[in-house]
Amino acid sequence: MQAVKYARASSVEEAISLLQEGGDGARPLAGGTDVIVQARERTRDISLFVDIKHIPELIGIDHSADGLTIGAATPCYQIYGDDKIQSDYPILVDSCSLIGGTAIQGRASLGGNLCNSSPAADGIPSLIVLEAQVEIAGPNGRRSVPVEDFCTAPGRNVLAAGEFVTKLTFPAPAGGSGARFLRFIPRNEMDIAVTNAATQLRLNGDGSVAWARVSIGAVAPTPLLVADAAAALIGQPLSEQTIAAAADASRAAANPITDMRGSIRQRVHLAGVLTERTIRQAAERAA
Amino acid sequence: MVTAQSPETEQYNVIGTRPIRPDGVDKVTGAAQYGADLQLPGMLAGRVLRSPHAHANIKSIDTSKAEALDGVLAVVVNADFPRAADKDVDTGEGSANLKWVLDNVIASDKVLYKGHAVAAVAATDHHIAEDALELIEVEYDLLTPVLDVRDAMVDGSPLLHDSLHTSELDGSKSDSPSNTASHLQFTKGEIDAGFDEADVVIEREFETSMAHQGYIETHNGTAYWRADGTLDIYTSTQGAFPVRDQVSALMQLSQSQVKVTPMEIGGGFGGKIPVYLEPLAALLSQKTGRPVKLTMNREEVLLATGPTSGTYMRVRMGAKRDGTITAAEVHLAFEAGAYPGSPVGAGAMCSLAPYDIPNQKIDGYDVVVNKPKTAAYRAPGAPQAEFATESVLNELAEELGLDPLEMRLSNASVEGNTTAAGMPFGVIGNVDCMTAAQQSPHWQSELEGPDRGRGVAQGFWFNIGFESSAYGQVNGDGQVSLVLGSTDIGGTRASIAMQLAETLGIAAEDVHPQVVDTASVGFTQVTGGSRTTFAGGWAAYECAMDIRNQMAQRAAQIWEVDEDTVEYGDDAIIRGPADEDGNPREISFKDLAAQLPTSGGHIVGRADVNKTSSGPAFATHIVDVEVDRDTGKVEILRYTAVQDAGTAIHPAYVEGQMQGGVAQGVGMALNEEYYYDESGDLKNASLLDYRMPTALDLPMIETNIVEVPNPGHPYGVRGVGEVPIIPPAPAVRAAIANAIGVHMTELPMSPRAILEATTLGGD
Amino acid sequence: MASEHVVVNCTINGENQVFLANERDSLLEALRDRIGLTGVKEGCNNGNCGACCVNMDGRIVNSCLVMAAECEGAQIRTVEGLADGDQLSPLQNAFLEQAALQCGICTPGFLVAAEALLEQNPDPTEHEIRYWLAGNLCRCTGYDKIIKAVQQAAGQSVV
Repeated sequence: MQAVKYARASSVEEAISLLQEGGDGARPLAGGTDVIVQARERTRDISLFVDIKHIPELIGIDHSADGLTIGAATPCYQIYGDDKIQSDYPILVDSCSLIGGTAIQGRASLGGNLCNSSPAADGIPSLIVLEAQVEIAGPNGRRSVPVEDFCTAPGRNVLAAGEFVTKLTFPAPAGGSGARFLRFIPRNEMDIAVTNAATQLRLNGDGSVAWARVSIGAVAPTPLLVADAAAALIGQPLSEQTIAAAADASRAAANPITDMRGSIRQRVHLAGVLTERTIRQAAERAA
Repeated sequence: MVTAQSPETEQYNVIGTRPIRPDGVDKVTGAAQYGADLQLPGMLAGRVLRSPHAHANIKSIDTSKAEALDGVLAVVVNADFPRAADKDVDTGEGSANLKWVLDNVIASDKVLYKGHAVAAVAATDHHIAEDALELIEVEYDLLTPVLDVRDAMVDGSPLLHDSLHTSELDGSKSDSPSNTASHLQFTKGEIDAGFDEADVVIEREFETSMAHQGYIETHNGTAYWRADGTLDIYTSTQGAFPVRDQVSALMQLSQSQVKVTPMEIGGGFGGKIPVYLEPLAALLSQKTGRPVKLTMNREEVLLATGPTSGTYMRVRMGAKRDGTITAAEVHLAFEAGAYPGSPVGAGAMCSLAPYDIPNQKIDGYDVVVNKPKTAAYRAPGAPQAEFATESVLNELAEELGLDPLEMRLSNASVEGNTTAAGMPFGVIGNVDCMTAAQQSPHWQSELEGPDRGRGVAQGFWFNIGFESSAYGQVNGDGQVSLVLGSTDIGGTRASIAMQLAETLGIAAEDVHPQVVDTASVGFTQVTGGSRTTFAGGWAAYECAMDIRNQMAQRAAQIWEVDEDTVEYGDDAIIRGPADEDGNPREISFKDLAAQLPTSGGHIVGRADVNKTSSGPAFATHIVDVEVDRDTGKVEILRYTAVQDAGTAIHPAYVEGQMQGGVAQGVGMALNEEYYYDESGDLKNASLLDYRMPTALDLPMIETNIVEVPNPGHPYGVRGVGEVPIIPPAPAVRAAIANAIGVHMTELPMSPRAILEATTLGGD
Repeated sequence: MASEHVVVNCTINGENQVFLANERDSLLEALRDRIGLTGVKEGCNNGNCGACCVNMDGRIVNSCLVMAAECEGAQIRTVEGLADGDQLSPLQNAFLEQAALQCGICTPGFLVAAEALLEQNPDPTEHEIRYWLAGNLCRCTGYDKIIKAVQQAAGQSVV
């Protein structure tokens, strides 16, 4: 473990000033399931943890007519344990119940998953297809970023010095919509995704697709919003042909690497398989 | 829970029952002390600096900045050790060259794998020790790494050791140095004539990856070099005596100067036999005069402690149309890691042992590569070798349209057969396991559903005996304190104590086993090779017989009768001749125990055994799988393990060994691999990416214990730990072939590998 | 590189504890090295094996992924807190009766995790047990007997 210090912030303002004082080595600490490992294994220079999970607005789930707000540090188990998330946003249950094991889910948060900005993050494709907005606080005030624009490279994102994510907001689900996240891993739990995918779609009364979003992960430096896959679906009946066209679009968008978790060919192939599967299962949820 | 004893063990009172293990309460309350849990007054913490390169000459090491860091008390490198003699030392799993043992503990002139230890630090706490590692400056001259066993065997390949020459079949050494340390061969019959007789011949090549034992406890070693020149070692090891012998040889101390206390051990599977940290802790303690504890983290365990060999294997097997196997030729090239000593010999000896094949030729090659020195791993060498042979046998059965179990039965080794390695079989349960598998509900059931398949495979492991000690003190309360030298990895305190209790005719709960240090019990070999319940139990039996004799003598003394007229009964009643009034003279074990202090003193029974024989173990496994053709992922749907235990002393722990072996075998079959890049960097050195099965990856594992008592043991025991890791990989391979028609040629049969062999096949 | 030390007040196994931790210490290191609760084990030190599992404020966590300094005011329960004096908990007894441990190194983590499961789901299915415990690796048992021990502790009939 690096010589890292710890400070607990009780307000957004305090967190901002602690992060500013801490400089480049300061990192927000929520569940810690990624940053503590990075500090211990010295894969990232960290000299100060600013614990943000005791800031009231960073923990909790709020449902309103406009949609959903989740505090950035809210642990996964609270998210998948929330009745209304289970009924209205089951794709968040998909993601949050797959991040790590039970003990990880006791601490890990969607905000942390996002800020870790792994190409293989199991939370991010779901956030992308749900059109989540990332609420950011920093020395220059607050701002909001569409989640698909948040990650910029493996482990990197748009946060500037002193900034951190406070919450995630989601529009209310439209009637007739459904969403599904799937990942492929070699075991049945505990692995990092070889490839993952999420689809949200809204069906018209005639069964055709009114609206769609498709996202794939672990196939590029950042999780991808695959506009071509959505375009292949929108306005079409959900036929084998349409679904295959969307899968083709995902395969075309995928630009992965070969590493110990998967090969280029395997990942491209799986991007198609998982796109197909998430479309079918999202449609089942929409029905 | 099943509480009934099997017919084989009904004759016994204790054997075949399921008492609570003596060390159980400590292990469910957190009280049990494992090596890393030890705290000694004034203890220092140590860490090890490891090579970032797979193959390099060490030009220089500068430790001065580390030594200057506040809180650092000592730094050691290879040059600080006494010069190791160029001679062999007993390592608990055979012997090894002492210089190589030391060089593996800490590199001298060359680093031979990523993670090879280069220096060690002792500091007032582990954070400081870790900081100090970053201040040690090592200059390397990079060399080309050799990572594949076949590449390493090629003339002109970069050499790991300039002094290594191949030991040839005739005992000579090759003229030029080589990465091939040795070539061995076993033959039987006329191989060419055998293939001429065959109607069908199948030849396959296989590659298997290195795989790690994966014990959850990382390595640890604590040393205290006392001012009087004696050295105390505390460590989680499979064999305290082999640690004593290795450390004393490396430190050039006499064995009597070194005392090793075995701490509780969190899994070993063969990997906790070599010494890694103990000699470093010893030297750091000598330098500082304080106890030093070294521990590894998980990355270090995966980088630098013994995996089992990766291999290249080729098997050719021929059979007549009726299924009679006429010939088999086996070529095994095993990666030894950085120093010679792969388990290729054991693999070769096991490879065809379940079958009586008249014409055989088995060649084995022990080859060094720039990967960690391999260590024993559960039936060392056999899972790889038998994966190859069982796989080809399954394909032959498929080709001939024969039931794979029937084909095995018609070729099965039986009593009186001799293997190619010259090992004669006595009473064995080979056929019994196959028959029990045939009759199992699993084999009798229909498997339905698309992309599902069933596979079967046999496994063989010889088991070993060797030295064990047991001392039993009879206490005044009628109970026995039993002292053992075998560290208890999986319930052997229970299984050994039960054999003592059975022999004395007392309850299992009346025996209190303790595992003690090397100064407190006779020499005992490692817990491994599936020898502990066998040889340890034998020692307990002889110890109990010694107690019985002494108890009978004491009763004779008290009764003032001739010793020959007194007998110790299996019901724990000591009987003498009737007294003058014609009343029977008898006294219970407990009552006599109470009289011992006042009738001449306490009694201690003692046994030190050295058994060169053992009881071979066979297993038959059946597995059902479902393959996701789109992703290449294999799901284990159902698993049945049949195994001959000889006599199941504590059936619950026999089942546990079978189930644990299956889990490791399934891991090896499906996902566990050492993934190196071209530079020799192990890219998956964590439990995130070294994928051992989780609870969600396995179904319940059905067990069927066959009991064909081993006539070479007082209670018929055969070792049970090793053999269940052998059949899973070939059985799973056969099930995959049965499901989707693809015969895999590598381990692991990961989703990626299966996709490459199917959907992504070709380019 | 010198590290600072920090005073932590928390409740461990029902007792108030005040201890001095190195700021770099994880909860795992603090429990083992500062407080002497060595029942909690290190297996991987990065959240992938569950050997260091403890209960923190009612949820199981990997103590290797919690900084000691974070534990100010926390309620922590370790394997040492499962028994009531010399009365083992039903789960501890079930592990012994089902022979659900071999080497025993993973056992503390499994016990703490399984206890939390049964608190929130007293009658879990086999799949629910396996899912909940998937973050706890055991290399000895093949999990069979561990699952059965949890079923026994849940009052289910065990074959």
